[in-house]
Amino acid sequence: MNERKSRFSSLSGIEIHRLYGPDDLKNWSPDRDLGRPGEFPYTRGIYPTMYRGRLWTMRQFAGFGTAEDTNRRFRYLLEHGQTGLSVAFDMPALMGLDADDPLARGEVGRCGVSISSLADMERLFDGIPLDQVTTSMTINGPAPVLFAMYLAVAEKQGIPFEKLGGTLQNDILKEYIAQKEWLFPPAPSLRLVTDVVAYCADRVPKWHPISISGYHIREAGSTAVQELAFTLYDGLTYVEAAVKAGLPVDRFAPRLSFFFNVHNDFFEEIAKFRAARRLWAREMERRYQPRDPRSLQLRCHAQTAGCSLTAQQPMNNVVRTTIQALAAVLGGTQSLHTNSMDETLALPTEEAVRLALRTQQIIAEESEVTNTVDPLGGSYYVETLTNQLEEEAQEYFRRLDAMGGMVAAIEQGFPQREILEASQRYQREIERRERVIVGVNGYVEQEERPIPILKIDPEVERLQVTRLAELRKARDPFKMAGAVASLQEAVAGGENIMPPLIEAVKAQATLGEICAALKEVLGTYREPVVL
Amino acid sequence: MTVTSPLRILIGKVGLDGHDRGVKLIARALRDAGMEVIYTGLHQTPEQVVSTAIQEDVDAIGLSVLSGAHMTLFRRVLELLKEQGADDIVVFGGGIVPNEDVLALKEAGVKALFGPGTPLEDIVRFVKELPRSR
Repeated sequence: MNERKSRFSSLSGIEIHRLYGPDDLKNWSPDRDLGRPGEFPYTRGIYPTMYRGRLWTMRQFAGFGTAEDTNRRFRYLLEHGQTGLSVAFDMPALMGLDADDPLARGEVGRCGVSISSLADMERLFDGIPLDQVTTSMTINGPAPVLFAMYLAVAEKQGIPFEKLGGTLQNDILKEYIAQKEWLFPPAPSLRLVTDVVAYCADRVPKWHPISISGYHIREAGSTAVQELAFTLYDGLTYVEAAVKAGLPVDRFAPRLSFFFNVHNDFFEEIAKFRAARRLWAREMERRYQPRDPRSLQLRCHAQTAGCSLTAQQPMNNVVRTTIQALAAVLGGTQSLHTNSMDETLALPTEEAVRLALRTQQIIAEESEVTNTVDPLGGSYYVETLTNQLEEEAQEYFRRLDAMGGMVAAIEQGFPQREILEASQRYQREIERRERVIVGVNGYVEQEERPIPILKIDPEVERLQVTRLAELRKARDPFKMAGAVASLQEAVAGGENIMPPLIEAVKAQATLGEICAALKEVLGTYREPVVL
Repeated sequence: MTVTSPLRILIGKVGLDGHDRGVKLIARALRDAGMEVIYTGLHQTPEQVVSTAIQEDVDAIGLSVLSGAHMTLFRRVLELLKEQGADDIVVFGGGIVPNEDVLALKEAGVKALFGPGTPLEDIVRFVKELPRSR
């Protein structure tokens, strides 16, 4: 019988057959490859009861304008049933610059909240007791500095560090690979990551010191296989760095967490989560033989794919997000962010964010998919895909090993080039209409109805600049300069960065001042341009 | 016989954001269409872009901004070109730019703005039909 296409393939280019059956799983063993939920190799999930025990955390990433604006959005989300906070910082903060830096012109508060000082961080969490929420902070290059500010806020609220729960993204390798927000060269950056890991193991035991992120790798145009391979390999690189620095693996590995994208290919995405858990458990076991089973468990956050959304017929994005969110849930994620329909146009409005949160609530409360663990386990198709994704990721592991590890591969531009090739392939498929995107290259409407979008008040920049000028006038300049000098000395001497950093933020040194001082010690980086 | 030299296009990533997927695809597409493409790399200031554009004697500048800072950055580039007597260089761009900002930027002198989902061939065609500044 005729079929619609000569070749069917997954979004990542894996050829898909008409039917899957027992023959596809000849070398597959349920005992070895599937196991039970909560048991090695964790293919079916990291907890025995999964969502029967506890639903995933609904965590909407938010941040815009001033600290007060975002504080209001946080309180709104908490009132509407959100269970964790997630801070989006603006571009200057992500790049370690103050709001009054010349490079920050036009960028302040635009795609996240503007934070330049401890005072800003205090305003951000005003009225939110930090032992009552868990907070995720999406920050990488300057992660130790923002984390120091958060700890200083907790101290001021009288909350012991042991009670703080949350996540610092702090994943610098994927910055060089995909997101391109770095401050220092790869090697010293990796050392700062390790400092934060060691400090948390010691002082902030409930904190997740790194969120090893595939999200941005996928958004940069990678396939699901590349996302899986590069992310897990980054994770192994952090583990290796911490072990080399003298930390026993069980002291920190139970606190590592991951962050994946969920794109449109429903079954491939579900298989990706399952393959990720199995591959991580196997690699950790093979390389480090940890005693604590939690060191083998891949915990993760997921976010629906921003790059899959379209500016055309934006309401359709609600449907895309729903399908992706369902895949993340069937894949067994621990927490989830659902994108809003207006995010290809601007930051989301309150209305759009609420609809995105409601999407998760409908899946959780109404769809009944949470009743059983890993409902697709044993499906010929899903198990075959899971095997294929794991094998293809292992093939990348071998290539990266041969190159001398991820830092060397990044310096050669290898992951960057692989991603660029994949994104060009995808784009070509769309241009040739081999893939149809509704509203873009098929089912196009001539008249687009505009939807309301969020506007950022340009006053934000002026207000932040004024506040910084006042802060610089009011603080004790000698105390501030002394604290920054001690920080530089400690970092140059190879000490852990966190204790002197907390002193520096408490002495009112700003984010930009601290990062500039650190660049003097650690250097700066310019990427090899891959085109 | 006159031989026309290929169009020279500067593709620039201004501002602080690192979203370079689109800009690289466009740089490749223009190059594949026979143009000379100079890609600036990330995190460029308007000053750097304009000075490179003049040095490299380009016909047009294509800017990519996805951070929301488009109003500031595009206007600054236009202003600098004018100041340096180089406003014969065409400025176009793309990114996450809301409709009303598109209108305002076009009024300010940006020749075209391409939003998400624009086919590469539309952009290539637009650039091919540009007048030469040299």
